[in-house]
Amino acid sequence: MSFNLAFYSAFFAVLGLVGIVLLGLGAHLYVIFGVVVPYVAVLLFFVGMIYRVVRWGRCPVPFRIPTVCGQQQSLPWIKRTLGDKIESPFTTRWVIVRMLLEVLCFRSLFRNLSVSLDKEGPKLSYFSNKWLWLWAITFHYSFLVVLLRHLRFFTQPVPGFVHFLDSIDSFFEIGLPQIQISGIILLIAVTFLLIRRITNPQVRYISLPSDYFPLFLIIGIAFSGILMRYWYKVDVVAVKELALSLVHLNPQVPKGIGWIFYVHLFLVCVLFAYFPFSKLVHMAGIFLSPTRNLPNNSRYVRHINPWNPVVKVHTYEEYEEEFREKMKEAGLPLEKE
Amino acid sequence: MAELPKPKELVDSIDYTPPAKPWMETRPEFKPGTYGYGVKAKNLKIMGFPNQRDFFPSEEDWKLPENWKEIFLEGMEDRLNRFRSFRLFMDICVRCGACADKCHYFIGGGDPKNMPVLRAELLRSIYKKYFTWPGKILGKLAGARELTYDVFKEIWYYMYQCSECRRCSVFCPYGIDTCEITMMGRELMNLLGCNLNWIGEPVANCYRTGNHLGIEPQGIVSIFEFLCDELADITGVKVDIKAHLNRKGADILFIVPSGSYFADPGTYTMEGEFLFLDYLEKKYGLKWTMSTYASEGGNFGLFTSNEAMKRLNAKMYAEAKRLGVKWILGGECGHMWRVIHQYMATMNGPADFLEVPRNPITGTVFEHAKETKMVHICEFTADLIRHGKLPLDPSRNDHWVVTYHDSCNPSRGMGLLEEPRYIIKNVCNNFYEMPENTIREKTFCCGSGAGLGSEENIITRMRGGLPRANAVKYVHEKYGVNVLCCICAIDRASFPPLLSYWVPGVDCCGIHELVGNALVLPEEERGIRQRKMDLRGNPLKGFEDEMEEE
Amino acid sequence: MYDGGKIITGLIIGVILLSFPFWYNLGKAAKFPEPKLTPKAKQAGQCVETKVYMKAHHMQLLNKWRDDVVRKGYRLYVGLNGKMFKMSLQNECLKCHSNKQEFCDKCHNFVDVKPYCWECHIEPKEAKGGK
Repeated sequence: MSFNLAFYSAFFAVLGLVGIVLLGLGAHLYVIFGVVVPYVAVLLFFVGMIYRVVRWGRCPVPFRIPTVCGQQQSLPWIKRTLGDKIESPFTTRWVIVRMLLEVLCFRSLFRNLSVSLDKEGPKLSYFSNKWLWLWAITFHYSFLVVLLRHLRFFTQPVPGFVHFLDSIDSFFEIGLPQIQISGIILLIAVTFLLIRRITNPQVRYISLPSDYFPLFLIIGIAFSGILMRYWYKVDVVAVKELALSLVHLNPQVPKGIGWIFYVHLFLVCVLFAYFPFSKLVHMAGIFLSPTRNLPNNSRYVRHINPWNPVVKVHTYEEYEEEFREKMKEAGLPLEKE
Repeated sequence: MAELPKPKELVDSIDYTPPAKPWMETRPEFKPGTYGYGVKAKNLKIMGFPNQRDFFPSEEDWKLPENWKEIFLEGMEDRLNRFRSFRLFMDICVRCGACADKCHYFIGGGDPKNMPVLRAELLRSIYKKYFTWPGKILGKLAGARELTYDVFKEIWYYMYQCSECRRCSVFCPYGIDTCEITMMGRELMNLLGCNLNWIGEPVANCYRTGNHLGIEPQGIVSIFEFLCDELADITGVKVDIKAHLNRKGADILFIVPSGSYFADPGTYTMEGEFLFLDYLEKKYGLKWTMSTYASEGGNFGLFTSNEAMKRLNAKMYAEAKRLGVKWILGGECGHMWRVIHQYMATMNGPADFLEVPRNPITGTVFEHAKETKMVHICEFTADLIRHGKLPLDPSRNDHWVVTYHDSCNPSRGMGLLEEPRYIIKNVCNNFYEMPENTIREKTFCCGSGAGLGSEENIITRMRGGLPRANAVKYVHEKYGVNVLCCICAIDRASFPPLLSYWVPGVDCCGIHELVGNALVLPEEERGIRQRKMDLRGNPLKGFEDEMEEE
Repeated sequence: MYDGGKIITGLIIGVILLSFPFWYNLGKAAKFPEPKLTPKAKQAGQCVETKVYMKAHHMQLLNKWRDDVVRKGYRLYVGLNGKMFKMSLQNECLKCHSNKQEFCDKCHNFVDVKPYCWECHIEPKEAKGGK
């Protein structure tokens, strides 16, 4: 797929989504965009994610195939560092540590190297390259903070941790409403990921519309959110009334919430609905990755393959049958003379 | 046979910039030197594999059955349901590109379809088209594409340009393992009889004669006797090898890759192992045996299909049972240990007729191998050295300046990192590590693994071996390293041509060749005899002049 | 091997975490805020700007007032219909909206906003002894 097709199809798809809301609002479809779409999106999200995980779960893991990244547990006097214990885990406990590092700290991505080839020589060198790790983890955590902050719209009373996050997030007390750092960082990080995708020739070459689409979507979400908070203000009380009515399963659409809110909400709904049917399922998939979530102990414990096939083998008897004379001549012991 | 360009020309041809044409629109050129010969009908026949005919990838017509597309897609669906890894890895890749420059074939060649992500995408595009609804509806926009004859050939080409080394998997944030994808791809190829002959023939040989090379029992006897004669000339020790073949009632069954007794420099490792085991028997009474039936540790079934792997591997336990040994000792081989460590107990177990491996000399119980009942010779030797059971004179390896290559499978499939290093440090005085990003779990493949080591595939092999060879070059220039030590038979077969191409002046050896050199035999200990040659028949340091006079 | 138990446990944990807003609010009736105007405010009938504007932008207006007064020394604000107002929280805003608890706090608490007005200004007496 050419870059232009991949990039612009995703870009215009997101733009088209914005267009859809604006048209809908023009036709006063507040109930559709305020109630029906959010419910459908959340339903699709949950049903879709459960379906995906169950689908994976129904496929067995026939073999124990961890990618081992450290010294195995073997002789007692061979030292295993903490790193070895985590990345060549022998017990489930250490597998959990490995998974936690992977999920919470993006351990494998942290290892990332870049290669450069000096054709004189020739000489290959490898150097640590943590940019992708840095922006990926920044992106994920700022998104998480933004998401959790939004709980203030969905809860009454607002739980302490949400308020706490909020106060940390606006620690610098700049402007009014105070600037929340997570939103800005999210926008920067996601923009970096987009720029990287465009400028890194290899990544650009492999990118599909489904790689650009979530990026544009998230940029749209962050951008409309920031616009709404600082510039095109909406009636926050009414927004919370809508949000609460939704989670109380007693939907009511208050009048007079600004158009930008509906743009923001619709893009979020699209993200939720899109989630289970796209590469974004890696959120759940990473937990099931057999190269990471299995201990390196397959000589210690027998891993069971539920479909272990019965196969035709060449038995020793058949072997001896074929070579008996030659074996006899060579002086090898035989089962049957 | 392909014309191999000069190293300089090969390096100059590396271009990491992807072509202007999108990848779905390019097709590989089947240039001589970049792929292996197709499998022969006779080999498919021995195994009873489908589509038995002589296969020529260079020809336009691959003689596929009429319904090849159904077979491929049904095979794919079947595997998507049987392997969670396959389905999951098809689903969760985000194309972040972290794996792109981790593949040695990409680093040494620059073909974007050798980036692990794109190699997987070749199959993923088919998966999307036929097994996901976004792909069915949106087609190309969702990254899906039709399975055509050309696409099939393209998948074939790149499934046989992956050596299943798993380096990319180390760096993938989700642990996506291209090896798994390649294995699935190759299983599909085998449903249509499209294996390489360099894999298909060893598989057929191994099935019939017990080893990849098709050596019949009397042949093994004569090869072993020849090696033992050589050994006797160098060390004065005569190993009565015939008494050790197919011997019942021994303590251990020793299984090595046939590469160890077929060609240099593997044979020196084999000699070292003979000397070592003979020493243990004479000194400590360890009874060992080798089998002509289970005369292969390696398993090219791994590169064919999981069923083929199981069919070939079954003989290990079967023979251990027939001979009534207590446990099995495995030799220096890479992919063999992937199979033994990660597959064997699952496929061929439980081996309840064997005992939990225990070193009778040191009393060490190899608890970590209690299920498989199979111990790596490096674990065994390291244990003996640790307990002071092996008198060693490391100065006998002073003519070598050693570096150690972690073979892909023992490192990333097993975690055998410290045992070999411990042995090396005890048997030689000059040991230098290669740069840290090229060893241990980040080690580079020799470029010829997973059945790609054939002569006609030479350009791909030299390209794929560049990263490894280049790291060797670094220590060669910096420390004067003159031998690359490894514990893999494919390595020992592929490094000599690779190193002479990229780093002339560096040899290749196995660990037990060095152990054999350093091992001080009883007669030597008592001063009755003196070792003047290494196992290759080259003079030891200090004996160069004497040897010349003789 | 399927590890079905682990997968289902994981799924349940995931669903519970992600559906937090749905079950957290169970049984809690949502009380929507109804800020009350003092009789004085009612009588005035009109704030410095329109009600809609004030609802959305009052914090920005107050912020600007603060800057204008403290940093620039301006004192007067031209509001709706050219009416002049003293730029002062205590002496202008609170004159009408003297019922912080029943007016300001109602919405602020609802959407979890903690304005820092009262870090410098003295809270109206009414709030101190509040019910």
